[in-house]
Amino acid sequence: MPQEIDINELRELLKKLKVEALENVEIEGDVEVELEFPAGVSNSFSYAIGQELAQIAAHLLNISQFLGYPAWSLAERKELEEGQIPVAQQIPATLVEEEFSVGHITEWKNKIVEVTLGATSSDGGTRKHTITIGGETALPYYFDAPMPNPNRVTLDVFDMPIQLAKTVRVNYEDVMHDPGEWAKKAVKEFGADMITIHLISTDPSIKDTSPAEASKTVEEVLQAVDVPIVIGGSGNPQKDPDVLEKAAEVAEGERCLLASASFNLDYVKIGEVAKKYNHVVLAWTQIDLNSQKELNRKLMKQCGLERDQIIIDPTTAALGYGLDYAYTNMERIRIAGLMGDDELSFPISSGTTNAWGAREAWMVSSPLEDDSDWGPREFRGPLWEIITGLTLALAGCDLFMMMHPTSVQVLKELTNTLFGSVKGNDTEISDWITRLVS
Amino acid sequence: MKVKSPLEVYQLLPKTNCGECGEPTCMAFASKLINRDAKLEDCIPLVKEDEEGYNKLAELLAPEVKEITIGVGERAVKIGGDDVLYRHQLTFFNPTALFYDVWDTMDMDELKERVSEIENFRKFYVGEFLTLDGIAIRSVSGDPEKFKETVKEVVEITDLPLVLCSFDPSVLKAGMEVASDRNPLIYGANKENWKEVLELVMKYDVPVTLCSFGDLNLLKSMAITFRGAGVEKLVLDPGTFPSGEKLRETFHNFLKLRRGAILEGQKEIAYPLMGVPATAWLVYEDELSASYWEAVLASLMIVKYGDILILHGTQPHSLLAEVHIRETIYTDPRTPVQVEAGIREIGEPDENSPVFVTTNFALTYYTVESDLSSNGIDCYLAVVNTDGIGVEAAVAGGQLTAQKIKETLDEFDFSKLSHRTVVIPGLAARVQGELEDLTGLKVFVGPQDSGRIPGWMEKNWPPEK
Ligand code: B12
Ligand code: SF4
Repeated sequence: MPQEIDINELRELLKKLKVEALENVEIEGDVEVELEFPAGVSNSFSYAIGQELAQIAAHLLNISQFLGYPAWSLAERKELEEGQIPVAQQIPATLVEEEFSVGHITEWKNKIVEVTLGATSSDGGTRKHTITIGGETALPYYFDAPMPNPNRVTLDVFDMPIQLAKTVRVNYEDVMHDPGEWAKKAVKEFGADMITIHLISTDPSIKDTSPAEASKTVEEVLQAVDVPIVIGGSGNPQKDPDVLEKAAEVAEGERCLLASASFNLDYVKIGEVAKKYNHVVLAWTQIDLNSQKELNRKLMKQCGLERDQIIIDPTTAALGYGLDYAYTNMERIRIAGLMGDDELSFPISSGTTNAWGAREAWMVSSPLEDDSDWGPREFRGPLWEIITGLTLALAGCDLFMMMHPTSVQVLKELTNTLFGSVKGNDTEISDWITRLVS
Repeated sequence: MKVKSPLEVYQLLPKTNCGECGEPTCMAFASKLINRDAKLEDCIPLVKEDEEGYNKLAELLAPEVKEITIGVGERAVKIGGDDVLYRHQLTFFNPTALFYDVWDTMDMDELKERVSEIENFRKFYVGEFLTLDGIAIRSVSGDPEKFKETVKEVVEITDLPLVLCSFDPSVLKAGMEVASDRNPLIYGANKENWKEVLELVMKYDVPVTLCSFGDLNLLKSMAITFRGAGVEKLVLDPGTFPSGEKLRETFHNFLKLRRGAILEGQKEIAYPLMGVPATAWLVYEDELSASYWEAVLASLMIVKYGDILILHGTQPHSLLAEVHIRETIYTDPRTPVQVEAGIREIGEPDENSPVFVTTNFALTYYTVESDLSSNGIDCYLAVVNTDGIGVEAAVAGGQLTAQKIKETLDEFDFSKLSHRTVVIPGLAARVQGELEDLTGLKVFVGPQDSGRIPGWMEKNWPPEK
């Protein structure tokens, strides 16, 4: 039933009803409002308004603003029926002035371990400088806390010529027969912070090079460049522990990263070798947070490794081929580490080169007729490596194992920028709409 | 969404387990609501009889970030609607909408070609095509008539959702005269033009982007002002600075706004965020560098909270990367992506056709299926239920075993074939012997990559008797 009320009663009513939207409202004059309540209805689901009601809503809006009510609570958006245009509501004369602020994350109390690779002469090594990664107390590049160490890139070098995607191969063709030259080129020309020497020729099904023979290549690389190095086996689980043992011995004092200890092989041996010759271990698991915890725990407890002797590789899957798993796995690991899980608070490394396994990176063109043109693979491949890397950088990855020079350059540009070491560059964007042409 | 447990939702449901929603119990329905797999409106008793409960629940279940629709009809896109800061906490909803630009100084043929390029781009992935979402029309001339003409042309040739871009209200007005029934996104309101733009969006009831490059106080002030006037379909553009310190700041601004919205419940700024990676083209002159950097900015913003992007480059390599990184971040981590197991026919197989074995992981299945069909290979494909795990991981994890393959092959009538052989994936080579023992079939080990099946066929098919 209709009832007449005055403005004070309206105020009371509004308060009681916690009005979100009013239905069946009529306004007489400026302050007299007539309300008609359908039985038991306090507010409405949908508010399909016509011309008339829009007008009323506008009035009510004014009134309620005047009464000090948050105006928008009366003007919940409604789907307009076709052809209906609401009457213009009042345009405020000035902007409401408000400040925006947001807090920091208080749960991030833990610090990721800082791990140093390489050793200079003062520490018994021969590297010109060392590299430290980790030490974060927030997600990467967040404003909560500065990131203490920048991301680093290590470029792959193999101890024999191998099959590589064509786009990658052209950069190394002249040095593929000589690991030392290969390493030099990677550092001098392509900006590698570190070098990874993969001793793949030791695989029994490839050349079955002996550990002693293979470790000569390690010495060669150590002499060719003065950056810290990563030493990788062939991936053969039976042989890798022996290969890494010998390599660790010849590289004693250089604080190399041994790649890798995993549950597929005798990780205890690799851990012990690292301890004996003072190297760092790459603890590799396959997209599984719990086995990563377990492996890290065992490396510390069983092999007695110090916390700053572990870097983890939770596996990199390429863009389009499982990057969603790899990204989320890394992000969860990093957040757990920051929140206090000390079995996961280690710097993270990514085998970013896995991106080259994706068809989009290496195939000449799409195998499918219905696809749009993929464009030249020379452009796709490096971009695939970049995007795979940058996605993981945002998840907390510290160290990237990479291959293509362009990828290294672009990924570094982005991570350095987010890190804060790229200064200046104030591109004017206020007129971007008109300034971009063709 | 403010609720965390299904119990909270259950308390407000009718609790009669009547089943009208299609779930056996109210509790089951509550879980679905929490996972956003069901709509509240499906509980008919609630809608009909308990308005208060409905309203309470509707408010509780509303996503933290406002959901907004751009465009109309089938191709309309929704943006925003997120509830979490990390995808593993639930999933991200409404994939970042990718809008590519055209401008009013293009000649008509150029314009048509570009629109159709954007509209027709497609990249096959896991059983469907990844596509682009819309067209952003920029006023470069500053001339309202010219803009209007361009918008009109675009409206005629495509159903894609539109963003109308200009800071000049008279230009936007002219555009709206020909596009108002397409529910375009207006870009944008800024410190200077906000009154006129507000008036315009009120008149047409369309979504609008608020632009405040680098100044979040102003952005928030504008959002509050617009909302105060009853305008709620807001998108926020804190500015995309393409390089240097300002890019770092841009990244922080996205983080801050989304953290404020989701973690701190700051409703005033809980709107979808817009990024403009197109600004990469203001820094780099050469096409390759610009297209790379644009893809980099786009990826950065897709990973961290961009809900809609305006892009400029349509080079295939960047489009490919952009649609794939979006798919990566927005794939629902809760659902194993799998297809139904069983025996499929590819093409028109006959008694001499091979039988291939694969897994029911969607990525694996569709990769293999498309490799076979696009190469015109008529065959049978035995899809083994590996719980949606790919070949290599399933062999390692024990979901792809000789026994499992046998169970799938048991459904198949080998008597209609002239041979008794199957081909298994190269990466599953180790089950070969056991599978032969179990089935009495001759088992061939195929190549490691299904893309190499055609070459393998040339050498190995038909098998020697
Ligand atoms: C994503 C991934 C996962 C995801 C799996 C998601 C899923 N739904 O499958 C998750 C995180 C769950 C996972 C878990 C594990 N994984 Co995993 N994972 C990967 C990763 C990164 C990519 C695999 C992938 O998706 N490839 C793409 C698909 C399309 O490939 P595909 O199925 O093999 O199909 C191709 C071929 O097989 C072939 N093909 C397919 N069908 C057919 C049919 C015929 C007739 C022919 C000829 C060819 C063919 O063509 C296809 C296209 O190229 C790989 C590493 C890598 N390769 O980069 C590791 C990898 C497969 N995982 C591995 C392991 C060990 C595991 C775990 C056991 C780890 C653990 N300790 O928990 C678990 C097992 C889980 C389980 N089975 O329950 C190992 C396997 C090692 C081995 N060879 O034994 C790998 C190789 C990593 C490594 N280098 O160690 N993993
Ligand atoms: S329709 Fe509503 S009341 Fe009936 S079972 Fe579903 S949730 Fe419960």
